[in-house]
Amino acid sequence: MGMAAADAQFHVLAVDDSLIDRKLIERLLKTSSFQVTTVDSGSKALEFLGWHDDDDDVDVDVDDDERNNSNEAFVSPKNHQEVEVNLVITDYCMPGMTGYDLLKKMKESAFLRNIPVVIMSSENVPSRINRCLEEGAEEFILKPVRLSDVNKLRPHIMKSKSICKDIIQKPENQEKQDNNESTETQLQSQSQPQQTSQSNNNSSNKRKSMDEGLSPDRTRPRYNDMTVMSN
Amino acid sequence: MEVDQLQRTFHDYHASLFNEGFLDEQFVQLQQLQDESNPGFVVEVVSLFFEDSERLLNDLSKALDQENVDFRKIDAHVHQLKGSSSSIGAQRVRNACIAFRNFCDERNIEACLKCLQQVRQEYLLVKTKLETLLRLEQQIVAAGGASPM
Repeated sequence: MGMAAADAQFHVLAVDDSLIDRKLIERLLKTSSFQVTTVDSGSKALEFLGWHDDDDDVDVDVDDDERNNSNEAFVSPKNHQEVEVNLVITDYCMPGMTGYDLLKKMKESAFLRNIPVVIMSSENVPSRINRCLEEGAEEFILKPVRLSDVNKLRPHIMKSKSICKDIIQKPENQEKQDNNESTETQLQSQSQPQQTSQSNNNSSNKRKSMDEGLSPDRTRPRYNDMTVMSN
Repeated sequence: MEVDQLQRTFHDYHASLFNEGFLDEQFVQLQQLQDESNPGFVVEVVSLFFEDSERLLNDLSKALDQENVDFRKIDAHVHQLKGSSSSIGAQRVRNACIAFRNFCDERNIEACLKCLQQVRQEYLLVKTKLETLLRLEQQIVAAGGASPM
């Protein structure tokens, strides 16, 4: 990519209840130069991300006092992620909180919703896949996960980093603004080839899904266009 | 040289495991993830698979032995075993699990017992093969050769 950001190590949080799969995904991610943290459940993932009950739009029973006390248990102070996570990759089928539940919680949270989420599953269930994509998952990957799948993750991180900069940061000086714009332009010009490369990369998923007679587009995030347009 | 001969033996044995369907492409992925900085990766993952499988096979035995068989629990165990065998490329074990799950759906105890037997058989077979393969690798490295993995 040739940008400074390409040299930065991105941090991926991998969630899977299977120890073997955690080992595998960890190795795959490290081989691709990601920094990795693995957890074995959705609730541990939320804990790591510094999620709080009151981040939801939904009413919860936790009153302020309780919340302040429970903050001590968390790594991060309230509403601020101390450890930056650039992407969450989670298994779908997990006891307790499923990957879908985790995805939903993250999207409902004001400060977690911008972290891209990728779902993995060993089962090729179209309704499941669509539900996840509609809830905002960037991508749905069929297990077993391969290096070629992991190579698809970086673009999602780059996309969201650019958007976050626009939403969160007020460009304090012109330089910063130029930086943002150039990143944006680069990403927008990337988005064309990216979409093609995504459909090429999807060919391995296509191969898997063709057996079930699914449309080849099913792994392409439907809301891809929405997230790329960062105005 | 001894190393060369061992390398050849390894290569042929490795190929046969794929030809006979014991292993699939996913195992190759595992091998690709092993390198000088992670020389024990394949051994590590395979060992985890052995532990995991043995635990699950025991759980399945117990679950099928109950007065009131909990098919959902059995399905969950088989799903797990299917997942881990798939993750390491143990193709025949994975396929046996798929068949098993179909009979779970039908809530057919007799058939499930047969499936369990089948899965266990496939597991023991692949376990022996993998142990042999890993032993060969060990011998090569001990004799001064580079790991063929």
